[in-house]
Amino acid sequence: MATAPTEIRVTPEIAAEHGLTAEEYARVKQILGREPNITELGIFSVMWSEHCSYKSSKVHLKRLPTRGKLVVQGPGENAGVVDIGDDLVAAFKIESHNHPSYVEPFQGATTGVGGILRDIFTMGARPIAVLDSLRFGEIVPGKGTSENEAAKNRRILDGVIRGIGSYGNCFGVPTVGGEVAFEPCYSQNPLVNALALGIARKEDLFFAKAKGAGNPVIYVGAKTGRDGIHGASLLASAEFTEESQQKRPNVQVGDPFMEKLLLEACLEAMQTGAVVAIQDMGAAGLTCSTVEMASRGGTGIEIDLAKVPQRETGMTPYEIMLSESQERMLLVSEKGREAEVLGVFKKWGLDAVVVGRVTEGGTARIKNNGSVAAEIPAHPLAEEGPVYHRPIVAPKPRVESKKDWFSFAPEGTALTQNFLKLLASPAIASKRWITEQYDTSVRTNTLAGPGASDAAVVRIKDPKTNEVKRALALSTDGNGRWCSLNPRVGAMHAVAEAARNVAASGARPIAATNCLNFGSPEKPEVMWQFSEVIDGVAEACNVLGTPITGGNVSFYNETLGKSIYPTPVIGVLGILDNVSRVLKIAFRNEGDVILLLDGLAATGHSERSPRSEEALLSSFAREFSSSEYSKTVADIVASEAPPIDLAAEKRLIDCLVALASEGAVESAHDISDGGLAVTLAESCFASAPSTVGARHAGPVLGASVKVDADGPAEHALFGERGARAIVSVFPENLAAVPAIARQYNVAAREIGNVIRGDAFRIEYKGRAVIESAVESLRKAWANSLERVLKAQ
Amino acid sequence: MKFGVVVFPGSNCDHDAYYAIGNVLKKPVEFIWHQSEDLANCDAIILPGGFSYGDYLRTGAIARFSPVMKSVEEFAASGGLVLGICNGFQILCEAGLLPGAMIRNSGLRFICRHVYIRVEQTDTPFTNAASKGQILKIPIAHSDGNWTVDDGTLAELEKNRQVILRYTTPDGSNDDAGNPNGAVHNIAGICNHERNVAGLMPHPERASEAALGSADGLVIFRSMVEALVGAAKATA
Repeated sequence: MATAPTEIRVTPEIAAEHGLTAEEYARVKQILGREPNITELGIFSVMWSEHCSYKSSKVHLKRLPTRGKLVVQGPGENAGVVDIGDDLVAAFKIESHNHPSYVEPFQGATTGVGGILRDIFTMGARPIAVLDSLRFGEIVPGKGTSENEAAKNRRILDGVIRGIGSYGNCFGVPTVGGEVAFEPCYSQNPLVNALALGIARKEDLFFAKAKGAGNPVIYVGAKTGRDGIHGASLLASAEFTEESQQKRPNVQVGDPFMEKLLLEACLEAMQTGAVVAIQDMGAAGLTCSTVEMASRGGTGIEIDLAKVPQRETGMTPYEIMLSESQERMLLVSEKGREAEVLGVFKKWGLDAVVVGRVTEGGTARIKNNGSVAAEIPAHPLAEEGPVYHRPIVAPKPRVESKKDWFSFAPEGTALTQNFLKLLASPAIASKRWITEQYDTSVRTNTLAGPGASDAAVVRIKDPKTNEVKRALALSTDGNGRWCSLNPRVGAMHAVAEAARNVAASGARPIAATNCLNFGSPEKPEVMWQFSEVIDGVAEACNVLGTPITGGNVSFYNETLGKSIYPTPVIGVLGILDNVSRVLKIAFRNEGDVILLLDGLAATGHSERSPRSEEALLSSFAREFSSSEYSKTVADIVASEAPPIDLAAEKRLIDCLVALASEGAVESAHDISDGGLAVTLAESCFASAPSTVGARHAGPVLGASVKVDADGPAEHALFGERGARAIVSVFPENLAAVPAIARQYNVAAREIGNVIRGDAFRIEYKGRAVIESAVESLRKAWANSLERVLKAQ
Repeated sequence: MKFGVVVFPGSNCDHDAYYAIGNVLKKPVEFIWHQSEDLANCDAIILPGGFSYGDYLRTGAIARFSPVMKSVEEFAASGGLVLGICNGFQILCEAGLLPGAMIRNSGLRFICRHVYIRVEQTDTPFTNAASKGQILKIPIAHSDGNWTVDDGTLAELEKNRQVILRYTTPDGSNDDAGNPNGAVHNIAGICNHERNVAGLMPHPERASEAALGSADGLVIFRSMVEALVGAAKATA
């Protein structure tokens, strides 16, 4: 055996401490044909960790649709890639950084952003936008949340927000959108999911496949230190206990300036034509990058750790291989052209060192000063790791009765006070205080930043000519509460809402990325949730024509045995061919007509066939008890996610895209959290200029709307059933909109008008139920988050 | 006429300034690398926004020692037009080409949003195409934009009409209410005594097209073009 003697002899106990089961350890010995040394054990343990190997999710992920005529690269590379026309491609992916963000919110969030940005520019694409999907515990005390708990959650939120801002702002990528939601279950387990989008010319795409025996392997970027060792295996692949704060040394530390240098240097080095392959060092650092590049390319690889730039002295091979120091890349260049590549990195002041070479035969050989520290067949290590068919058990059905559900206010009750409460709840309130801490306009592409449109919209400049061709829209969505009540339906809603948001900005949804946040896969109920969610995502993506091009699974989101809600977050990407046709949510002109578009109404509500008024009311109450209003006003979270009709969603999406491309509407806003009333109010608020100075100045537009429907007023105004949107229309265009809607089999009903800003009024069945000056509503909505969070 | 946009390794608004001048105004423009002492015969130099050398120490503190700044100082001393935007403004203060210094925003947070600024002086190469009192809607994006200076210098600046841009509300009625970062006298932009070097915290390059929410920032670059055209005519 050629491996170097090491001080620690590996025993089954040490293997177990590394998170390897007895079966996994036996498999390690079988692959090697001998016992591993400690470095090899470390390598196997990170590569086969849940985080890196997807061992519990793999069998389920296969059910996701990943192909489509625009998909250039599906899951398996650093990011998914889609064709966006004119020889340009978009690379995009969403990833989680949940565990580190709980242990150390600021650094956890920064390195989450840093990691996803590297995934994008590793492909040769320059990042042009970031979105963040965040989940925290409740930040105001209330049912099940003490003031101490709320204060802790506010501190976590503050650290995460500052972390995201600090990294993206310095790097120079605009943070253009995302969402923030609050539920008690995220109190011990916040979710930080970051999505990045980049643009490249098709011929400039790069992949992480090592090729050409003899080609040099080059290490570039930051030096390797002892930070983040076992971040992927021990931190991200295990649940939290009371001692989790001791894992702080496992969290990586980010340096956005270094990443900016790395970006520019990598893109410039790629232009030399001398780069064969490139892979970032993220989770599992040097281990993952060497082994995966070799495995994908069907080659071997040999590196000498003595040549790796190190931040500290006396690092062992084990530490160097497992370090998760940030802002590092591994690349393969053409033999004989090393100097060109090294020259570029020197220009940018970065370390770049030839540390090894591509070899034939498929062995990853790690040397340390000439002696062999580890020798492992790359492909079995990367691709033949454990795969689990974890037990799946559906939970017992909940037994609920009428008294568990929301009970509606009597007909004619004034709802303005409840509406104010809803507008001021952290879930619905303006997120301006958060998003203003992000640079949203750098790169001068932002056509619709946070809150301006249902999706974030950025225009695309050709990387070579700067010519503006078209725009891309992105939205991330996911409702954990609904998924906890019905994982399959909740997951469909997540896809549908993201796609609907993209369509409401005027763009055609073309592809999706997913971040699947769950509890422990070792719990059969969690695996049931996971399996259901996969089926829901798959079905929705199939119907809506948005294949999944990549993403990430985050298990073990639990603390002291309590899991988070199953929380799939879906990012949908859309194309807008005409950059001047971006739809925003703001009402634009007094006198415009407000129309309610409903993809379902044309065919009737298939889920509901009431026998009596009593049964009808029950069915409304069941559907309503999972709404934001029910949670905020009545502290009730129960029953079912609203039913979903994917065909209706598709009709509405197609209709919105057509309306936008015809330029037929002045504004569009989908109906989601908080229902129709919140949707209308937000379109009024957005008509005000969004500056501090303008807080005191108008004009803000208002709305006067009459609604008539079956059921109670609260259900009609605050219900969150999908497949609906409001549009405002210039009176002269009024005939065109219903005509277009009819083509798509979508109902378009006039419900009112945009009026001057002094009034916001909703009548239900002829009686005014909400009546207020727009400004008092806006104040409740605009300043509530700031009031809660400013003291941080 | 040629503009030069300096590229420090951490500049991240360099492409944006280049785009506003080259693609929107369609004037010749090129990048100048921070390690170069050759300003490539440019007639005006832009120090763009970003984080020059990471700015972990103090914004612009290291950038002032870069090779390119030696040439920029000489260029400015000979009357050349130099505009510092955001980080560029910070660097000009550190280099002593403009008075004062930047401290953290009064709210101690990064702020990115549209602000309103009033053009206070139009007899500068950076504002000559604007009208006095004109209110511009332009975004800011910074943590350290709280410009400050000693009282004596401040009085002198006001007296010499070197305060060229001031934060205000959209209707221009309340400067204090429009100040996003606590800058003394609500100052958003100043010029030097000779009026050929200016710095401002808002990003005019991000407000160069209506599609981005405002085209008000273009007037700054247009003014520079007019000043250069005027200077060329005068020497012809």
